[in-house]
Amino acid sequence: MSDTAAPPGKGARERLQRWLPKLVLSPSCVLILFFVYGFIAWTSYISFSNSGMLPEYTWAGLRQWSRLWGSWTWGIALHNIWVFGLLYIVSCTLLGLLLAILLDQRIRAEGALRTVYLYPMALSFIVTGTAWQWFLNPGLGLEKTVQALGWESFSFNWLIDSNMAIYTVVIAAVWQATGFIMAMFLAGLRGIDGEMIKAAQIDGAPAWKIYLRIIIPQLRPVFLSAVVVLAHLAIKSFDLIVAMTGGGPGNATAVPATFMYSYAFSRNEMGIAAASAVFMLAVIAALIIPYLYSELREPRS
Amino acid sequence: MSAATPAARRFTPARMLLYAILLFFAVLYLLPLYVMLTTSFKTLAEIQQGNMLALPREWTAAPWREAWGSACIGLECSGVKGYFFNSIQIVVPAVLISGLLGAFNGYVLTKWRFRGHKIVFGLILFSCFIPFQIILLPMARVLGILHLANSTSGLVLVHIVYGIGFTTLFFRNFYASFPDELVRAAQLDGAGFFRIFFRILLPASVPIIVVTVIWQFTNVWNDFLFGVSFASGDSAPITVALNNLVNSSTGVKAYNVNMAAAMVAAVPTLIVYILAGKYFLRGLMSGSVKG
Repeated sequence: MSDTAAPPGKGARERLQRWLPKLVLSPSCVLILFFVYGFIAWTSYISFSNSGMLPEYTWAGLRQWSRLWGSWTWGIALHNIWVFGLLYIVSCTLLGLLLAILLDQRIRAEGALRTVYLYPMALSFIVTGTAWQWFLNPGLGLEKTVQALGWESFSFNWLIDSNMAIYTVVIAAVWQATGFIMAMFLAGLRGIDGEMIKAAQIDGAPAWKIYLRIIIPQLRPVFLSAVVVLAHLAIKSFDLIVAMTGGGPGNATAVPATFMYSYAFSRNEMGIAAASAVFMLAVIAALIIPYLYSELREPRS
Repeated sequence: MSAATPAARRFTPARMLLYAILLFFAVLYLLPLYVMLTTSFKTLAEIQQGNMLALPREWTAAPWREAWGSACIGLECSGVKGYFFNSIQIVVPAVLISGLLGAFNGYVLTKWRFRGHKIVFGLILFSCFIPFQIILLPMARVLGILHLANSTSGLVLVHIVYGIGFTTLFFRNFYASFPDELVRAAQLDGAGFFRIFFRILLPASVPIIVVTVIWQFTNVWNDFLFGVSFASGDSAPITVALNNLVNSSTGVKAYNVNMAAAMVAAVPTLIVYILAGKYFLRGLMSGSVKG
């Protein structure tokens, strides 16, 4: 289908039909141009200004950026997002793949199990954070329950330990997202061509070898999608940390998203907040644009 | 395609182990929900005695009543019910309008292609992935200028704008595999732009409408960042109210009330997921994962 669809020259109605598609598309384009690209430009400019509580449009060069990189909290936030992101991506991918392979063995109650693994995805991060905060509560939660069951020296106070708190967030985040990754891998497994597997089975290859040599290599596109989705979720993570630890104890679980929010809305440091947001966008863009480009180009070949 | 041999259907020790592992993970996944539910029906005295995993000795619905109607959030002690209705007021128009725009966009981008349609789609698609921190500051100012700050209408606008990307993606991928011949035949019969859309494409779009509605509903209902940034007062959505209830209360923490409130926030999306999750996954996977 293309512009040639409408036969030429039947007056105003034809011309309207010719323009109608673009007219219908235009409100969305205007909204996106203004609220996405216009806002990106505005925030980027603000990161090079002296803005504090109110925006100020005089050029200040790299002042806010050097303040950002000099900030102790920003250092913690970057460190945390590395630790969190890496553990989150690796755990979700491996656990998701494992569950998908186990579920792919002609399991009787597959539908029910899939539903159980997936339901956390439907919950808000705030609900998840509230639940896990209670679950891991050192005074009354898991710790006390295990102690009551007889293991009296058991101790689990990661939630209030500033060295360990970030790992509790990883646990809750992995609990929430693994089911979704499992579903992606399961769809991938169901799409694999069976001929090579049958041939290997006839040759008497053991199942683990078939998975390692034939099936998992064929899941490469799913691995790529899973990692992109998870990395993107990790960098944007904000809700779960606010609900579970509030960025604390102290600043121990600060991440770029919570850093940006607190500088923007509590500390009234618009310039630094803008610089940190631009940094986040740059990291995600470096990740997403090549991925989208390869995804969009594919149909042509 | 599974590597399991036909013989694997019988119950061998290996099969038992397989089921044991799967059940272990199922219990692990259900445990937090179980603890939330049982805690929400316990009295505070019973909670303080410990053993989170036990069923309530004495079932009580008081925490639910308190969470819904009388728990204190900030200075106001009228529970989460008002915020629950705020969320409904935000979700319904946001889902409908962003869905409709996405459907039209997908239709134009596949059946009425013009030069540069790929670039337009790419620009719309990228908006799905931006970290929203990049738009928080200017959006707060624009909502202020439009007199939409701290209002549910403001949040509706925000969710429509940043929902268009995903709804367009869903409908575009779906309509891309819709046969062009049907559209061309209708054109030859003299059908126009809207007629073709409403008579031919829309009736065939039920699967993708289900995906879009579920996706947008969960995203908007579960949103916290926009809610806390642009509507923190009376017009806050349920997620913001829940966080305020749980994390800013002073004195003795009423864990049972917190869990009941969390359940109230979780129930709508859980229901949607349980009723329609199957269709959602089927539709989503056919569109988003290749190979």
